[in-house]
Amino acid sequence: MKGISSKWKWLIVFVCIMMSCIWIPDARIQAFSSQVIQRGSIGDDVIELQARLQNIGYYHGKIDGVYGWGTYWALRNFQQDFGLPVDGLAGTTTKNKLTKASNFNREFVHGQINKGNEFTYYGGVDIDKQVKQKTTTPPSNGTSNKGTAGSQNAPAQTATTSASLPEGFSQNDIQLMANAVYGESRGEPYVGQVAVASVILNRVQSPSFPNTVSGVIFEPGAFTAVADGQIWLTPNETAKEAVIDAINGWDPTGNAEYYFNPDTATSGWIWSRPQIKKIGKHIFCK
Amino acid sequence: MIRNILIGLLAVAVVGTGFWGYQEHKEKNAVLVHAENNYQRAFHDLNYQLDLLHDKIGTTLAMNSRKSLSPALIEVWRLTSEAQNDVGQLPLALMPFNKTEEFLYDIGNFSYRTAVRDLEKEPLTDQEYKNLKSLYSQSSEIQDELRKVQYAVIKNNLRWMDVELALASNDETVDNTIIDGFKTVEKKVSGYTETNAQNPTFLSTNEKDDIYQHVEGKRISKKEAIAIAKKYADFEDDVKVRVEENGKGSDYGFYSVSLLEKATGIEVNMDITKKGGYPIWYLNNRTVKQAKLDLNQAYTKASNFLKNHHFDSLDLFESSQYDQIGLFTFVASVDGVRVYPDSVKVKVALDDGSIIGFSADEYLQAHKLRSIDDAKISVDKAKEHINSQVKIMEQREAIIINDIGEEVLCYEFLGVIDNDTYRIFINAEDGQEEKVEKLKNSEPVYENML
Repeated sequence: MKGISSKWKWLIVFVCIMMSCIWIPDARIQAFSSQVIQRGSIGDDVIELQARLQNIGYYHGKIDGVYGWGTYWALRNFQQDFGLPVDGLAGTTTKNKLTKASNFNREFVHGQINKGNEFTYYGGVDIDKQVKQKTTTPPSNGTSNKGTAGSQNAPAQTATTSASLPEGFSQNDIQLMANAVYGESRGEPYVGQVAVASVILNRVQSPSFPNTVSGVIFEPGAFTAVADGQIWLTPNETAKEAVIDAINGWDPTGNAEYYFNPDTATSGWIWSRPQIKKIGKHIFCK
Repeated sequence: MIRNILIGLLAVAVVGTGFWGYQEHKEKNAVLVHAENNYQRAFHDLNYQLDLLHDKIGTTLAMNSRKSLSPALIEVWRLTSEAQNDVGQLPLALMPFNKTEEFLYDIGNFSYRTAVRDLEKEPLTDQEYKNLKSLYSQSSEIQDELRKVQYAVIKNNLRWMDVELALASNDETVDNTIIDGFKTVEKKVSGYTETNAQNPTFLSTNEKDDIYQHVEGKRISKKEAIAIAKKYADFEDDVKVRVEENGKGSDYGFYSVSLLEKATGIEVNMDITKKGGYPIWYLNNRTVKQAKLDLNQAYTKASNFLKNHHFDSLDLFESSQYDQIGLFTFVASVDGVRVYPDSVKVKVALDDGSIIGFSADEYLQAHKLRSIDDAKISVDKAKEHINSQVKIMEQREAIIINDIGEEVLCYEFLGVIDNDTYRIFINAEDGQEEKVEKLKNSEPVYENML
C-alpha cells in the first residue's frame, strides 16, 4: 500500500511540474485577450494596458487594473500620437500598435501587484529600482503563517488592487450600508434588500433626516438592527450588491422614507404614514 | 466539620457572587450614564444652536450691505445644519418631529440661496425681507418652547433614556415632559409650514409632487402590465405572476409585477406606470456566473435592448464593471446636445449578456419634447470662464439641471489638472460656471493594504 501511494505521489508531483513548465512560458507570451477594453473595465487586460502605456510614458497613475479617467486620457494621447482614431477604446488595431511599441513583463507586474508593493513600470529604467517595498513590517512569526496561507489562496488571475465604485461613495460607505441592509433584511428577497438600501439613501436626500449615510443609519431608534447590534453581523455579497444597485439608481420603493414589518412593528405612529407598497415582509411608506 | 467547610464555601460563593453582581451593576450604570450624557449633549447643543440661530437671523434684519449680509446668512445656514445634526442624534425617530427638521432645512436653504447670489447686483427684495422677518419670529417661538423643555430637564433631572423607553414601549398615554415639549414644537412648526408654503420665494421642500408629469399615454390594465413585464423578462409561459397596485401614499400610479419562472426559480420584479405603461425599474435576481463577455460586447447588448424597447436616441455616457456585472448609463442626445436629466441605466450580466436590471426613473421624470435654443456665446468665449490651470481635453454641448432645479444649456468641458479629471459646465447663455465636478478616481482595495 505504502509503495503504491508514494509512487502516485511522485507521479502527481511530476505531472504538476510538467504542467507548470507548460503554463508559465505560455503566460509570458500571452498578450491581450481579444476583448475591446473600454472605460470602466477591470481585470488583467487593463493591468497590461496600463503597464504598457506607462512603459512608453503615457500613463502616470497607479497600475491597478481599473480603467479610470487617467487611463482613458493616456490611451487617447497614445492614439492621437500614433495616428489612430481617438476614441479611448482599446480595440485590435490599438492593442497591436501598443504591443509593438511597448514592453510588458507580466511576471514582474503581476508579482508586484500580488505582493502589494508600490511600483511603476517606466521603460528605460531598471525595473527593480521602480519598486517601493511595502512599508508595513510583516507580522510576527505567530501570525505570519496565516498571512502566507491567505496569499496562497488568493487567485493569481484577478489581481486588481482597486475597485470601481459609484460616484460619491467609498468602499467603506458601501460596507457600512451593507451591514445595515444585512442586519435589517437578510431574510428578505433581493428586491426587498435593494428597497431597504434605497430607504437609507432617500433619507439622506430628505430634509427631515440627517444628511449623511452614517447619520441616517445611526440615528437613535431609526433601525432596530442598529439598536440590537445585528448591524455588526458580517454581511454577505448579496447585501453588498443590493446596496450598489440602490446607489446606482434602482429604487423599488417609490421614494419611500419609512418601512416597517407589520408583524413586529411597535410604534402605532408608523401605521399613520401613507403607504406606498409592500415588498416581502416590509411595508414601505412616505 | 464537613458542615463547617460547606458553610464556609457557600459563604465565599455568596460574597463572590455579590461582588461580581456589584461590579456588573457598576458597569451597567457607567454605560447608561454614558449614553444619557450623549443625549444630553445633543439636546443642550440643539438649544444653544437655536438660540444662536435666532440671534443671527435677527442681526441680518438690520444689515444692508452685501459685505456683512452674505457672511451672516452663511452663518445662519451653518447653524441650521448643526441643529439638524443635533436632532439626528436624539432618539426622536419614533415620534413625529419631521416638520421641525424640514423647517430648519427650509431656513438653511433660503439663507444659502440668498447668501451665494450677488447681493450687490440683486439686493434682497421686499418679499425676502418679509421672509426673514417671519423666520425671525418663528424661530423665536421654537426657541421659547425648547427653552421651556430645557428648563424642565435641568430642574427635574429628566433623563433622555426615559424618553427612549417611553417611545419604545408605544404607550400613547405616556406622560413625559420632554416628549410633550417636542410635540408642542412640532405642532407650532406645522402651522408655519402652511403659511410659508404659500410664499413663492420660499422654496418648499415638497416639490416632488407628480414626478412623472411629462409621461403621456392611456391608462393600462393589470393584464397589460403583466404582458409588458413578460416582454421585458423574456420568460416563457410557465411563470407565477403577482401584480399589485401602488398604495395610497405613492406620488404616482404604478403596478408592481413580479414574475417567478417555475423551472429555474428566477424571479423578476418590475414597476410599471399606470399611465402609458412605461417601465420604471426592472430587476432580475439570478446569480451571475463567471464573466465571459467583455464590457464592450455587453454595451452592444445593452444598446440593442434599449432599441428593442423603444428608448431611442440614447448615447452611452458611463460604463463600469462590478465583478461579473456591467453597468451602463445612457443619456438622451438631441441634435448632438447631451441631455443629462434624461438618463437610463442598464445592468448586463457578463456571463451570457442578458439584461438583469433596468432603471428609467430619471428618464421618465425628465423626458419631454425639447426645443433646444442655440448657444448665445461661442465655445471660445465659454473657455475663457474656465480656470486656467485646467487642461481641456473634450468639449460638447449639454443640458443639465442646475443648483436651483432649472434645466440650462451648457458647454461641457472635460479637463485635467495633474492626475485628476474634472467635468465643468459653463452656461451657454451668460458664461456662468454652473457646475464643476471632480470625477472619481478608482479607490484602492484596503484589504490588500493591511
